[in-house]
Amino acid sequence: MELYSLSVSEIRDLLDKKDISVTDIVSSIYKRIDSVENNINAFVTITEDHAMETAKKAQKNTDLEKSKNKNSLLGIPIAVKDNICTRGIRTTCSSKILNNFVPPYESTVTSKLIEHGYILIGKTNLDEFAMGSSTENSGFHTTKNPWDVERIPGGSSGGSAAAVAADECIAALGSDTGGSIRQPAALCGVVGLKPTYGRVSRYGLVAFASSLDQIGPITKNVRDSAILMNVISGHDPLDSTSADVPIPDFTEALGRDIKGTRIGIPNEYFVEGMDREVEVSVKEAIKKLETLGAIPVEVSLPHTGYAIATYYILATSEASSNLARYDGIKYGFRAEGRDLMDVYMNTRAQGFGAEVKRRIILGTYSLSAGYYEAYYRKAQQVRTLIKKDFEEAFDKVDIIATPTSPTAAFKIGEKISDPLQMYLSDIFTISVNLAGVPGISIPCGFTSDNLPIGLQLIGNHFDEKSILKVAYVYEQETDWHRRKPAL
Amino acid sequence: MAQKEARPVRYEPVIGLEVHAQMLTETKIFCGCSTKFGSEPNTQICPVCIGMPGVLPVLNKKALEFAIKTGISTKCNISTYSRFARKNYFYPDLPKGYQISQYELPICEHGYIEIVVDGNIKKIGITRIHMEEDAGKNIHESTSGGGNFSFVDLNRAGVPLMEIVSEPDIRSPVEAVEYMKKLRAILRYLGVCDGNMEQGSLRCDANISVRPSGQKEYGTRTEVKNINSFKFVEKALDYEIRRQIKVLEDNGKIVQETRLWDSNRGITESMRGKEEAHDYRYFPEPDLVPIMVEQKWIDDMEAFLPELPDIKRERFVSDYGLPEYDADLLVSEKALADWFEDAVKLGGQPKAVSNWIMSDLLRLLNTENKSIEECTLKPKQLVGMLKLIENGTISGKIAKTVFEEMYKKTKTTLDVTLPMLKVKMEMKEVTAEAIIKEKGLIQISDSGKIEKLVDDVISKNQKEVERFKAGEEKLIAFFVGQVMKLTKGKANPKMVNELLRKKLTWKNL
Repeated sequence: MELYSLSVSEIRDLLDKKDISVTDIVSSIYKRIDSVENNINAFVTITEDHAMETAKKAQKNTDLEKSKNKNSLLGIPIAVKDNICTRGIRTTCSSKILNNFVPPYESTVTSKLIEHGYILIGKTNLDEFAMGSSTENSGFHTTKNPWDVERIPGGSSGGSAAAVAADECIAALGSDTGGSIRQPAALCGVVGLKPTYGRVSRYGLVAFASSLDQIGPITKNVRDSAILMNVISGHDPLDSTSADVPIPDFTEALGRDIKGTRIGIPNEYFVEGMDREVEVSVKEAIKKLETLGAIPVEVSLPHTGYAIATYYILATSEASSNLARYDGIKYGFRAEGRDLMDVYMNTRAQGFGAEVKRRIILGTYSLSAGYYEAYYRKAQQVRTLIKKDFEEAFDKVDIIATPTSPTAAFKIGEKISDPLQMYLSDIFTISVNLAGVPGISIPCGFTSDNLPIGLQLIGNHFDEKSILKVAYVYEQETDWHRRKPAL
Repeated sequence: MAQKEARPVRYEPVIGLEVHAQMLTETKIFCGCSTKFGSEPNTQICPVCIGMPGVLPVLNKKALEFAIKTGISTKCNISTYSRFARKNYFYPDLPKGYQISQYELPICEHGYIEIVVDGNIKKIGITRIHMEEDAGKNIHESTSGGGNFSFVDLNRAGVPLMEIVSEPDIRSPVEAVEYMKKLRAILRYLGVCDGNMEQGSLRCDANISVRPSGQKEYGTRTEVKNINSFKFVEKALDYEIRRQIKVLEDNGKIVQETRLWDSNRGITESMRGKEEAHDYRYFPEPDLVPIMVEQKWIDDMEAFLPELPDIKRERFVSDYGLPEYDADLLVSEKALADWFEDAVKLGGQPKAVSNWIMSDLLRLLNTENKSIEECTLKPKQLVGMLKLIENGTISGKIAKTVFEEMYKKTKTTLDVTLPMLKVKMEMKEVTAEAIIKEKGLIQISDSGKIEKLVDDVISKNQKEVERFKAGEEKLIAFFVGQVMKLTKGKANPKMVNELLRKKLTWKNL
């Protein structure tokens, strides 16, 4: 077994036992990157020199650290989505407009990773400004799905999910605005968790839609997800939308039995037109949970049908404002022009890709005088109804189980010319962001084409423990997560 | 455009003011950068206030406190639930491409300020007070000098502002000035804004329309911006009102537009063509949670508010027996009111102190363009001098000279010695007594001496004596003046007066 194929907890073990050194594991990762990255294209920036240097320092600290902190990430190679700011390391959002942007500050999540000793392996590819479901909207290149390089890895955290699936890192961070952690995790056969809105600081996460964005881990198994959650969670004085609530030890949930756990099955999530193989796998997974003692309960989330429309009004409205700062004046790309207006127009015309422009236009429209009431305000009202759907459901059940994505990974180019089809990829994940609740995607099967299928478990506000508990039990009873793509 | 002096009385102006007040917080509204004025460009900036990717605003609680205090002091309802909103527009001095402001749910609403118009109290409604961040500053190279660049200084970006919006209750430029004065006084009493219009820490935009008197509907309004000094408030409004009336009288139509006050030319000018029509696309700021204010905190702030100008004025009238006019003037600045009250506490007779402040102290400060805060003369010095008048050592007239001398000396002592000393020094106090001694200004109260002078004057002015005897009693002033002239003003006027009357009347017998 190669070191790069191991999980966070396995590497921790080997390092603590001094069977390997930090340099061993980091070198192993870069060897792996050398051999597969050409096929996968998971990264925008590979930080090998920086990582090797950090590894040497980390090695000196291993003795000191091991007994001190059970959440220690000392020497663990982790990849970070390239919309999370890393001080002194280029952070592009996979956009030409930030091609040369080097932040003079560190995001709160990566600061926490640094405190816990992580090794930054590189910055991963995404759909430009996290807008997309395939990484095809990246301003630089499309990442390939390690299970079939002719297919997309999902998105927008496609680079992070592919890097974890291809063993180019031990774990990764992604961000999720409408499914951007869970959908690529499902399509790449790994574990992706979107925490409760407010659980993890957004400071340093380049905003797409501020009221929906949340950073979360993409990992090889559920335990690693819990470990990373222990590190990145918590109130941040630099982010007033981060919640001042106690942080539990998420690993404590692991290994608890799920007897009597009520699992809601929303009928709105099992509809005509979804992929037959996906439906079968997810239903089998639910049956499996039932045999492990869980009680399936039918629930209804009646406003599910409005989620995509609501999301694409609210997310684009916020995005149209959040992306106004990329004007060529202060940093990033600038195109020259005759006058100020010309500089703005040229910079943004050349700096942004088609999908980003489409969303800026949509959002600007929704917020415009005369349309605000019909679009933005109406969408806010529907968002409240969607939240209420979940509140009512969680009165009856502990968690909710659904498919993560209606299909397995699709072919590169298949949906890129049809934005609406692309938007439907997030049909099962979007409501979770609108409601602000946590959701995890775990592998639950494969299609006949050997493509991974994801099961989504949704929890109540700040109850990541329940979904981690059920996910872990399921994972223990199955071996989908152990399968590796042939690369 | 030619101006007519007289304005037809049948038009009534309707004015509402939008005032931007820079808050006196140490740090910016959403980050920890300093708000100090006048530093090198871009030395008081950080990733947050220059809008770098991924950073987030965090509300400065002091700014919230200042806004609430202002709201309480202007009788507003304080919202226990309010929100920030984004005002979207592109401009180089606006780093995020939007200004964080408040829109639908401002922190304060529905208040008023009382002003005095023709001796009557009038309430001017406050629609709302909200918090927002200031923008930076663009600096353009002059194109005539071959310059081709514009520069952006973001030191000011993120400095907290309050926008105080009045109801259209103001009916004349004079009322507008009174409103601005009162508002400024309140802000300064609270210590939430220094009220300096010239430096831009207090800015005023005016919405103006005119309508035939008696008409209920408002006329079409214009917005006048760039009124950057107190004295221009009246001038700019006056100009704009006349302009609008002229347009209407020429059967024209008022165009709803933004106009800029040009203080050099003394006119307002349309901004048409200089500004695009803006749709600010306001929406709730998702990076900041709604502001929840506990009623207890509001109550505590209210309990510890300083005494505000209106209350102080009433107290000055009732406690010190000052006329309304004096009280009104003294409370216009807290420092001035304090100066007055300190003097009274040291034993000065209130009305005498008030007179000396209004006629002499303010005049002297004014000639040097100094504020009362910069006044080096201490209340104690005035009170010392007042005692000398009371006990007859000097006359009121001589006192004018003594006061001015004392004022000047105090100032020189400070100016000369302070820069050379590193330690805080006790200023050597210049007393009225010392000046009187030095200048030989002690009053002549020797009756023998005065009698001799009186006799002298009477004998040399027989013609006037005759007229006096014939009943022209006001000539007494002439005789007093003659005696004073001889003594360079040092003769005790009371004694001179009495003696003159006695002698003139006696001779009459």
